[in-house]
Amino acid sequence: MKRSRYQVAYAILILLVLILIVVNICAGSVEIPFEEVWKIWNGKGADPVFADIVIQIRFPRALAAAILGGGLALSGYLLQTFFHNPIAGPFILGISSGAKLAVALVMVAALGKAVQVSSLAMIGAAFLGAMISMGFVLLMSRVMEQMSMLIVGGVMIGYICTAITDFVVTFAEDADIVNLHNWSKGSFSGISWENVWVMSAVVFLASFGVFLMSKPISAYQLGESYARNMGLNIRLFRGLLVLLSSILSACVTAFAGPVSFVGIAVPHLVKSLFGTAKPIWMIPGCFLGGAAFCLLCDLLARVMFAPTELSISTVTAIFGAPVVLLVMIRRKRERSQA
Amino acid sequence: MGETYYLYTKGLTVGYDGVPLIRNIEFCLEKGEILTLIGPNGAGKTTILKSLIRQLKPLGGVVCLDGQEIASMSGRELSMKLSVVLTDRVRPELMTCEDVVATGRYPYTGRFGVLSEEDRRIVRETMELVHIAELSDRDFMQTSDGQKQRIMLARAICQEPDIIVLDEPTSFLDMRYKLEFLSILQKMSRSRNLSVVMSLHELDLAGRISDKIACVKGDRVERFGTPEEIFSKGYIQELYGMTSGSYDERTGNLELEAVKGQPQIFVLSGNGSGTPVYRRLQREGIPFAAGILWENDLDYPSAKALAAEVISVKAFGRMDDKTQKRAEELIDQCSRMICTLEVNEPGEVHLKFEEIKEYARRQGKF
Repeated sequence: MKRSRYQVAYAILILLVLILIVVNICAGSVEIPFEEVWKIWNGKGADPVFADIVIQIRFPRALAAAILGGGLALSGYLLQTFFHNPIAGPFILGISSGAKLAVALVMVAALGKAVQVSSLAMIGAAFLGAMISMGFVLLMSRVMEQMSMLIVGGVMIGYICTAITDFVVTFAEDADIVNLHNWSKGSFSGISWENVWVMSAVVFLASFGVFLMSKPISAYQLGESYARNMGLNIRLFRGLLVLLSSILSACVTAFAGPVSFVGIAVPHLVKSLFGTAKPIWMIPGCFLGGAAFCLLCDLLARVMFAPTELSISTVTAIFGAPVVLLVMIRRKRERSQA
Repeated sequence: MGETYYLYTKGLTVGYDGVPLIRNIEFCLEKGEILTLIGPNGAGKTTILKSLIRQLKPLGGVVCLDGQEIASMSGRELSMKLSVVLTDRVRPELMTCEDVVATGRYPYTGRFGVLSEEDRRIVRETMELVHIAELSDRDFMQTSDGQKQRIMLARAICQEPDIIVLDEPTSFLDMRYKLEFLSILQKMSRSRNLSVVMSLHELDLAGRISDKIACVKGDRVERFGTPEEIFSKGYIQELYGMTSGSYDERTGNLELEAVKGQPQIFVLSGNGSGTPVYRRLQREGIPFAAGILWENDLDYPSAKALAAEVISVKAFGRMDDKTQKRAEELIDQCSRMICTLEVNEPGEVHLKFEEIKEYARRQGKF
């Protein structure tokens, strides 16, 4: 009975992702009918402008939204597991902002010397920034017993990093700064195929690593002491968890800037959809859910006020923040009942 | 201590952050035996248990399990020999009770933790064993504290260990479940040769279920031995540093502090009929004297603990005139006498009791 529920849930998510990819390719400031896309896909496209839009702009962008969305959701899931906190996520804990700051510094430095920054270098910078932020969060978690205080601390780190980023961006003198400005607000625009290959390699590898950890994660759900008694090497496990979640959120930030709330909202939505918290179902589910969520949000960001584009976080916040509030209210209710 | 034991510690020193709390702990346990740690709050029972299960690094000495130092075992090796029931609150999300129990199979499942038919069978059987089969599909968070505790026990048993370590497992259980819980442990120790190490606050239960008891006090394990060796007269009062009230090791009788002062009431009692009256007088703060009790009378321990004075006769001894005289003196001092029993067996005792009653009646005190 349960298994069939999981199957239905997976079917829904996969279908949603596929449909949204197609819709994302068709819709936009220039509407391209589906038949036309199909023709372009088969190499029989009549209009070269359409073909260019589909192949060079929209298709990589849709893929990026799906891959990065999946990575972000997983990163959030890992952090929630790590901190035993339902509202932990890379954005709220300031990890995305740390990555953003590092990338901004590298980009501004590169712009000054007029050199092109490779995708991998960007990810590297983002990873460094993410790890530094994560380091601060971990230090705080040692001092602050209360989980709510940890979140407040994370939000503060986020503000500090964002403020410095804004400062850097404002005073960097270059025409290309417009791009940087867009990026620092979060956006899936301007993704090249080269970007897509790099990000998919990083995100898929990391996600596979997470999937391999589904058994220890399930042990960790009973708390550290019990997990240790089940034979889990806690130190190694926690290290891997931090590493993987940082890689994932760093990769997302490097390409799309900070994207809010996906990391918190998606795992909860997926959990309700599946009716379980078992990692072996949750991990692929979160990935697909994150992909669908970001595809939808990116679609809305592009289409709602076309040709003006909203930043992606504007849209994810509108959908994600209420989910977080709902979760908190439900928790509160459960606690007062227990 | 003997190294042929299943579990033994040698010169074990435990504590936190490099500060030793309890030094030189030495105890040993055979397979199938139950060891209970008793001692006052904060004496370090949990610290010792944590060191035994390798959650806390010992500051000195070793813990050996099955002839091997636990420090040198792999996590999986240890988990297949030893499982735990801790006081940590478990708050898993969206997990059924069966899911929680099944986590005990962790060391035996493969890479992705998928349960085999065999695993499922063991989970089912264990849940029946601890009488929680009907909770299988219930959300763990929706169960009572008592049920949670039994679920965690089932989880620990599922792990198929040779030894289970439990930290105050009965604290949140009511009387019925306390007994049920400990009976399961006792059965397991007999039928599967399972060793048990636990801490308990209930001394009476500890004395009944344990093969060995270790008394933890402040900085050391003060005594280690069989319950008969531990529960010697006056020791428990000393171990817990009891400043008010009393504990009788032989009967497990626990009483509040006696009311001191000149006795106002004489309670002529015996055969268990006096105890409720003594306790009532204690509650009301009235000092009293009790008698005439044989030292093997049911009322004797509580009278000893609560009365300002007890007139007693040696076990199976003869009640002489001196004793009767003393009772009459006490009646003179008291303003009232209460008699809680009728001696209907004809004989010397019957006569003496009647005489004492008559004595009090004459003074208008009965």
